Amino acid sequence: MHIVVCIKQVPDSAQIRVHPVTNTIMRQGVPAIINPFDLFAIEEALQLKDRYGARVTVLTMGPPQAEVALRKAVAYGADEMVLLTDRAFAGADTLATSYALAQAIRKLGEEEPVDLVLTGKQTIDGDTAQVGPGIARRLDLQLLTYVSAITDLDPGGKTIEVQRRSEGGVQVIRTRLPALVTVLEGGSTIRFATMPNMFRAERQPVQQWNREQAGIDDVGKIGLKGSPTVVSKIFTPRAGNRRAKMIGAEMGSAGEVASAVLDLLGSEHPRFARELGLAAP
Amino acid sequence: MTDSNPTAPSKARGKKRLELDPRLAAYRGVWVFVEIERGQVHPVSWELMGEGRKLADVLQVELGAVILGADGARLGEVAAEAFTYGADRAYLVADPVLADYRNQPYTRALTDLVNRHQPEILLLGATTLGRDLAGSVATTLLTGLTADCTELAIDPDNRGLLATRPTFGGSLLCTIQTLNFRPQMATVRPRVMAMPDAQPGRTGQVTQETLDLAEEDILAKVLAFIPDQNQEKAQLAYADIIVAGGRGMGRAENFQVLWDLAGVIGAEVGGSRPVTHAGWISAERQIGQSGKTVRPRLYIAAGISGAVQHRVGMESSDIILAINNDPNAPIFDFATYGIVGDAMQIVPALTEALRSRLAVRRRAG
Repeated sequence: MHIVVCIKQVPDSAQIRVHPVTNTIMRQGVPAIINPFDLFAIEEALQLKDRYGARVTVLTMGPPQAEVALRKAVAYGADEMVLLTDRAFAGADTLATSYALAQAIRKLGEEEPVDLVLTGKQTIDGDTAQVGPGIARRLDLQLLTYVSAITDLDPGGKTIEVQRRSEGGVQVIRTRLPALVTVLEGGSTIRFATMPNMFRAERQPVQQWNREQAGIDDVGKIGLKGSPTVVSKIFTPRAGNRRAKMIGAEMGSAGEVASAVLDLLGSEHPRFARELGLAAP
Repeated sequence: MTDSNPTAPSKARGKKRLELDPRLAAYRGVWVFVEIERGQVHPVSWELMGEGRKLADVLQVELGAVILGADGARLGEVAAEAFTYGADRAYLVADPVLADYRNQPYTRALTDLVNRHQPEILLLGATTLGRDLAGSVATTLLTGLTADCTELAIDPDNRGLLATRPTFGGSLLCTIQTLNFRPQMATVRPRVMAMPDAQPGRTGQVTQETLDLAEEDILAKVLAFIPDQNQEKAQLAYADIIVAGGRGMGRAENFQVLWDLAGVIGAEVGGSRPVTHAGWISAERQIGQSGKTVRPRLYIAAGISGAVQHRVGMESSDIILAINNDPNAPIFDFATYGIVGDAMQIVPALTEALRSRLAVRRRAG
């Protein structure tokens, strides 16, 4: 079985701060990480590998330094790394990105047919959740988004059964391979990298593919040219800062603090407090 | 990438006077996809209908509601409701293969409708269903799709949709346009747009369409649907009170104090990204840029530092009570009330205080 995991290297948005005076982004020192949602896709691939045996290829598109993310995935246990990197890919929106990744997956399938494509449910920098569905559509893969568990997989019979989150419940779906699964977070614990894999991750060469090597002839379908959307304006959100009213710095017990909070709610938000049943009897 | 002042007139780089291909100029009208799961319309659909109405009025075009499902009678009822929220026309496709949401038949039904009737704008809710469907439809139609918009407007110069959304985890906003492709697609999260008032008695036209797809042609089969049990029924987006925990709660077991507090005041429990990733609470309870957007009347944040990507998902809350042991935590910059202290002491104390006051109240009543 051949599994391709699509990952992305992103800036750690938890560490991005907006400068309080100039209202600009402070990017200095913000580390680049594997998109946290993609870690669950890597883990799922490795669990499937443990269970059924599989060749796991990690694929990313990005600048040359994105190979750090691929090596990290190999340290966890992935087998091979492909980095799509070419200036022609720059400025791609989700439609153009899904085209480039789909072409690369098609190319990977020439060596060994791809049964399953896994990816995180979304990235933390773009947050669109659109690239997964886009790849599936372009390769005519069965699309299974927000999957919390792959409950059954038959590599020989080419079937897969999953539980996927939908509004108000969990859908149990059975379908055919090849499929693209976007993996929901939190379903499993990310394993630790092992020493042998860490050594392998350092030494193993990354396959770097430019546009031609990825099998892309039409530059009109990738990068800025292949993107139907354009960013026309970027601005900082209105700073609606209101420094919180601080309670209880001088008070002793937690009970007194709690009491003070409820008193404040009662006096400053009487209607809400009354509806909650808090107003003094 | 440069930052500009939001109050200054936009000196847009990407903006061009749009000479639409006549083939694309034929696309007219604003559509909203009405999301129905197990007979229930998701409220986000009506929130979008209110927003779609405004766009349609500016463009002076029809507002269409797309209603897909298996039960024709039910779809008719939903259409009638869509008219009260502002739709001028409902496009109905009733077919047994549309009974449960599945990507393939829904993608097919929606793309067929778009190709036949050619709307210039298509809006969907950014729910699990809406995102699954929108990504597939946009790729099939090879058009632009902007996710999680927080503001929609029309460019007076070219009738184009100006779709504004947070980026960089909410640190910046960007306005995105789809210039030479139609329809212009966008998704909006639940609770981002206001719920419009229904206008009883308002009516519209119904257009019935059919779907040329047999069950045998659909590979995916729904074997079961497991409805959320009470514990898991995270009606987070629409909750009046939310108790949310972050990494500052220390460990998974400590979340019990949040559940206890929530139980006493009838709240939902949520969390920040790190704690859903750690598995301390389930993923659908994540609040923030990569989770859900909420706007409760009271939001209690325990052990949450208030990074911008969390902030964008909850800052519209009426009252924010923040508990954090770091006096410099950014959450104190936008909370209503702040307590510097250990959440593991403050939260149980709050639960106790509430329990006793509510009990007094009940005895008095």
